[in-house]
Amino acid sequence: MHNQDQKLIFELSTPGRIGYSLPEMDVPETELNGLLPEGYLREEEPNLPEVSELDIMRHYTALSKRNHGLDSGFYPLGSCTMKYNPKINENVARLNGFAHIHPLQDESSVQGALELMYDLQQHLKEITGMDEVTLQPAAGAHGEWTGLMLIRAYHEANGDMERTKVIIPDSAHGTNPASATVAGFETITVKSNDKGLVDLEDLRRVVGEDTAALMLTNPNTLGLFEEHIVEIAEIVHAAGGKVYYDGANLNAVLSKARPGDMGFDVVHLNLHKTFTGPHGGGGPGSGPVGVKADLIPFLPKPLVTKQGEQYVLDYDRPQSIGRVKPFYGNFGINVRAYTYIRSMGPDGLKAVTEYAVLNANYMMRRLADYYDLPFDRHCKHEFVLSGRRQKKLGVRTLDIAKRLLDFGYHPPTIYFPLNVEECIMIEPTETESKETLDSFIEAMIQIAKEAEENPEIVQEAPHTTVVGRLDETTAARKPILRYQA
Amino acid sequence: MKHRYLPMTEQDQKDMLETIGVSSIDDLFSDIPEKVKFKGQYNIKPAKSETGLMKELFKLAKRNADLKENVSFLGAGVYDHYIPVIVDHVLSRSEFYTAYTPYQPEISQGELQAIFEFQTMICELTGMEVANSSMYDGGTALAEAAMLSAGHTKRKTIVVSSAVHPEYRDVLKTYAKGQYLDVVEVPVNNGITDVEALKKLVKRDVAAVILQYPNFFGRIEPLKELEEVIHEHKALFVVSSNPLSLGVLTPPGKFGADIVVGDAQPLGIPTAFGGPHCGYFAVTSKLMRKVPGRLVGQTTDEAGRRGFVLTLQAREQHIRRDKATSNICSNQALNALAAAVAMTALGKKGIREIAAANLQKAHYAKNAFKQAGFEVVYDGHSFNEFVIKLNRPVKEINQKLLHKGIIGGYDLGRDYPDLVHHMLIAVTEQRTKEEIDTLVRELGDMHA
Repeated sequence: MHNQDQKLIFELSTPGRIGYSLPEMDVPETELNGLLPEGYLREEEPNLPEVSELDIMRHYTALSKRNHGLDSGFYPLGSCTMKYNPKINENVARLNGFAHIHPLQDESSVQGALELMYDLQQHLKEITGMDEVTLQPAAGAHGEWTGLMLIRAYHEANGDMERTKVIIPDSAHGTNPASATVAGFETITVKSNDKGLVDLEDLRRVVGEDTAALMLTNPNTLGLFEEHIVEIAEIVHAAGGKVYYDGANLNAVLSKARPGDMGFDVVHLNLHKTFTGPHGGGGPGSGPVGVKADLIPFLPKPLVTKQGEQYVLDYDRPQSIGRVKPFYGNFGINVRAYTYIRSMGPDGLKAVTEYAVLNANYMMRRLADYYDLPFDRHCKHEFVLSGRRQKKLGVRTLDIAKRLLDFGYHPPTIYFPLNVEECIMIEPTETESKETLDSFIEAMIQIAKEAEENPEIVQEAPHTTVVGRLDETTAARKPILRYQA
Repeated sequence: MKHRYLPMTEQDQKDMLETIGVSSIDDLFSDIPEKVKFKGQYNIKPAKSETGLMKELFKLAKRNADLKENVSFLGAGVYDHYIPVIVDHVLSRSEFYTAYTPYQPEISQGELQAIFEFQTMICELTGMEVANSSMYDGGTALAEAAMLSAGHTKRKTIVVSSAVHPEYRDVLKTYAKGQYLDVVEVPVNNGITDVEALKKLVKRDVAAVILQYPNFFGRIEPLKELEEVIHEHKALFVVSSNPLSLGVLTPPGKFGADIVVGDAQPLGIPTAFGGPHCGYFAVTSKLMRKVPGRLVGQTTDEAGRRGFVLTLQAREQHIRRDKATSNICSNQALNALAAAVAMTALGKKGIREIAAANLQKAHYAKNAFKQAGFEVVYDGHSFNEFVIKLNRPVKEINQKLLHKGIIGGYDLGRDYPDLVHHMLIAVTEQRTKEEIDTLVRELGDMHA
């Protein structure tokens, strides 16, 4: 152990210390041996830490200081929509009537929760232009898989057993092809053209009687709106396929264009992106799925519906694909998203998209002189730059990202999408001020200059973080995945 | 448009449009075809002020009977346990909850180390060698275990005990359909998996046998005996386990489990109407490179300082794309953190003590029911749940109990046709003797 290392909680442990206070033991106790079958009473104690409450708080406070969150500073991570996480959301989600209710209580005792879910479904239907919404999927990728299972069930119900292929653009998120595989489909890639959009000729070539669906993010992962979306949907529909909307980039089109109006049949949303459920360091998220009328019968069960004045969980859905998750989804995240939508209202959500897009275009224009701009047109909520100019100077996009850490920023998404060389993908979101954008732009300009004048400082970055670049190769070759004393 | 989340001023807007070289924001949306442009306004509720919204949602929350004002005997996979107060204080550090997945390790050491500690604690509790950074929940973790098994063994049949949580089995069936796997259920005999029936089912085409420990009825499956049957034909031995119970139960790893999954909800995570909870996924080192989801590993930087990174990413969807065997991306990191804090607070002694308190209090309750003349079905060893037989519909009884401030047990007739009028009662360390006695008395009065 290095003398500057942050200690593991196990290294802080001292026998005899405790950090808990259990309820009183007020029933007569029996010998434990008699309460379990022979051989089933645990003999070895699990090696959990023995620390006081203050030890715990200091430990995790120290860890938190070694972590950059959105509240710590700008976080322009493309495709992740790192916008402000409103604090009222946290308070609402912690109300006893939301945080401390059991999923299997009688429906009559959870009418408030069901009403919130129902109303959230109604709001999401209007926002997406779809006919029904399920809140069951736990995250974006889970929503993708759910949506594809719905499409599979739809084709199978029509006796269309040969529709085994899902078409996915080369710029798509990795979850798209993975979700298609897990849903039992084969994937076909459709190429992007030189404008960064779906190549219609290539799409016409790959669609056919085996097409189950096309998965599309719009705007796509380059931040560009698929201008030919109407034709794209027509081509797929004419071949008998369904069109799937990956809602990762919905922040770009609120009140501007609805997936349902663009011709999409199924959509998943990332409530932890567009609708401010916090990202939590990698979840929990929430990935509701919306569908057009012809897919409603296949939605997971139960579905929250309203019968008269009562909200009910409808299990009577004979064509349902079944359950995709125990209970009813990540309710706590759905509460936060609902709170956000109600804080914004229709005018607010429209402004969200307008300012997100304005911010992205402003940054793109200001950086275009210093970095290559592969697609020179208005972007939506995010844009990509290419670091190929800097690469010729020996400075890679990875180096630029690491150098940004020295300025106190979380770097943009890098090396994605895969169809742009040395890709840098920036998404500012609407909650950042012009001053923040300007400071970041200045840092990016300075790094571009450093790449020309003093490349070592970029290549050797970061210089100010608690650890330097870490040896990922050894981590993968000789994995150490747990502490051992 | 002025809003506290939107810092854009009119001057900012003017300056930015000028830099871009357009005259209005609308110009930036000129690439959206007229035909699909959304004109007008969403037909949704108007915006509410912070105070107005808080009032409204407070009222909505009050329309739910919560576990703080009522006394709950409902479990069935989701439990009312002691949550150390400190858990929420750690979770409220916004450096944790407002961060994304730790893709930039230099500025994510806090999250990475916390998850590394979580992985270690899950290994310790389950007796396994490797644990991942979390899954959505216990149900999808179980389904992913089935998919891993099918991929690993190249076999297509999954055998699952009908004493596994009914909703977990439902999720398994949905996933199995996606992967063209067959799911076969093993019947239960006296509340535990029928070993003789299992012997007949486990053949060379079985990828995995999935059991729950303690099982859905609260009973202790004979893992030792079942392991021999399962491994005889080289099927993988998958156990879904309540991690809190492992404070007092011999861990599945000791019985030769290949994969142990479950939900960490009992460890510091509120019931929250069923989610978000926190799946966990632990395996033997042999299966390390097949684990779904994210893994945090220890390494060093150039100066030799210890640090942590996401590792073995070649398994994951963003690298393998359509060759990936799981599509999981986001998991439940923040709830894994909650579980880690709770496990830290409980520690080596507390985990034993809390698990033992569940055993003791449930045992007391079971005896109290017997003494009051109730039939305790499947009498025998159990953890913190047991089954009693009633003389009328459970739903009817629960509605009456609710008027007395009691949330009654689970109606087993919903899932098991032969268990109509049977109630699954959970007694955790949270319940007092007085509360238990009151339940027995109230049920006795109704039962008479």
